[in-house]
Amino acid sequence: MDTTDETFDKVRELIEPFNKKGVEITPATRFQQDLEWDSLTVLDFVANIEDEFDIIITMNMQAEIETVGQLVDAVRGLSGG
Amino acid sequence: MSDLLSKFDPLIEQRETLLSTGVTDPFNLVMEKVESPTVAICNGRRTILLGTYNYMGMTFDPDVVAAGKNALDEFGSGTTGSRVLNGTYAGHKACEDALKDFYGMDHAMVFSTGYQANLGIISTLAGKDDYILLDIDSHASIYDGCALGNAQIVPFRHNDIEALEKRLKRVPEGAGKLVVLEGVYSMLGDVAPLKEMVAVAKANGAMVLVDEAHSMGFIGEHGRGVAEAQGVIDDVDFIIGTFSKSVGTVGGFCVSNHPKFEIMRLVCRPYVFTASLPPSVVATAATSIRKLMDGADKRAHLWENSKRLHEGLRQLGFTLGTDQPQSAIIAVIMPDLETGAAMWEALLKEGLYVNLARPPATPAGMTLLRCSLCAEHSSEQVGEILAMFSAAGRATGCI
Repeated sequence: MDTTDETFDKVRELIEPFNKKGVEITPATRFQQDLEWDSLTVLDFVANIEDEFDIIITMNMQAEIETVGQLVDAVRGLSGG
Repeated sequence: MSDLLSKFDPLIEQRETLLSTGVTDPFNLVMEKVESPTVAICNGRRTILLGTYNYMGMTFDPDVVAAGKNALDEFGSGTTGSRVLNGTYAGHKACEDALKDFYGMDHAMVFSTGYQANLGIISTLAGKDDYILLDIDSHASIYDGCALGNAQIVPFRHNDIEALEKRLKRVPEGAGKLVVLEGVYSMLGDVAPLKEMVAVAKANGAMVLVDEAHSMGFIGEHGRGVAEAQGVIDDVDFIIGTFSKSVGTVGGFCVSNHPKFEIMRLVCRPYVFTASLPPSVVATAATSIRKLMDGADKRAHLWENSKRLHEGLRQLGFTLGTDQPQSAIIAVIMPDLETGAAMWEALLKEGLYVNLARPPATPAGMTLLRCSLCAEHSSEQVGEILAMFSAAGRATGCI
């Protein structure tokens, strides 16, 4: 995956406020294991992503997304970008 | 062989750690005798009940008990069948008639539990390509209804009108939309802004379902719930409720004015593929529902109890789930599970039962001592309750 594109940069920017451990964000970063996010953090973050890109990421989709790269791909697909 | 139960090891360990401190298991209490809606014998000790959903105190109402006994004699102990086969007796129809009169609605469908009512109605209404927008703090039965129907699930932040509106506008054009809300959220006892949320849902072409489990009999001029109190009940498409709270027995229901509602009886699997309620249960429910229509005095006393307990606990220095009393539920927020369990046990030793609530049932990982009041709690009992909270709170260092 291209890590220099705009979608990845924006997602990484939105992750930062919740990146309490200062983990380096790459497409392979896992939300649960690496960032150790709980369900409430996921909700807040997903809401921010949805508002930024004007999309809906349903819980059904969220269940399939484990890494930052997978999220970027999903956002790109949903926003038609 | 891989042990399928090993996924529960962290929970088993957490329980063992908690119980090894010698604390009484908060999830294994046995009531040896129940004297009234507000008093039971637990561990040989007379205990005030402040952790039931018996809001209107109907469980020992003489008319309700007599109706149940009579139905046992006349119709036997159970139906042994589905509502759509041999499981619909006169009592089931009478119970649905009582619900239609109580809510002033055209249709009522009785399920065997409130859980099944949400499971059945939500999964049947919203299928794979439909969107369900629900409050993140929704009850487990609502989430399970979403999962059973394979619908697209879109949660929004608790009671956030703008978050709901934004997401409604993003649903693909032409897709079916169901907005699921609760009148009273049972963990913190807070009420939803239904007036605004129902308006937003309707303006965006969604159908609306409101679960009024914790408000029936108590909130609203006729006890129909938060939607009635906020003046939007006519815009709600489906109301879900239960008999296991204010009604005082067990069972669930959906009421609606939708002209095609009756077809649900044939297509709703949690309604079809389970045995119907026993005749004694529907007889007690129907009698209780009709008595709740005239419950204005009890409603007023329950509000008094709720306001007094909220104010008293606040003055003692406890942190509460809401700034003002909004329902019959007052949630005391505990700093952690260990303190919560210690406080729960100290209260039990004082002679008071409350609910210890913990994740995943609670929002934001909170541990709560959840108090639910009853219209049959006397003013003296509320005074006793506050004295017990004061003693237990000091003994455990909570206040």
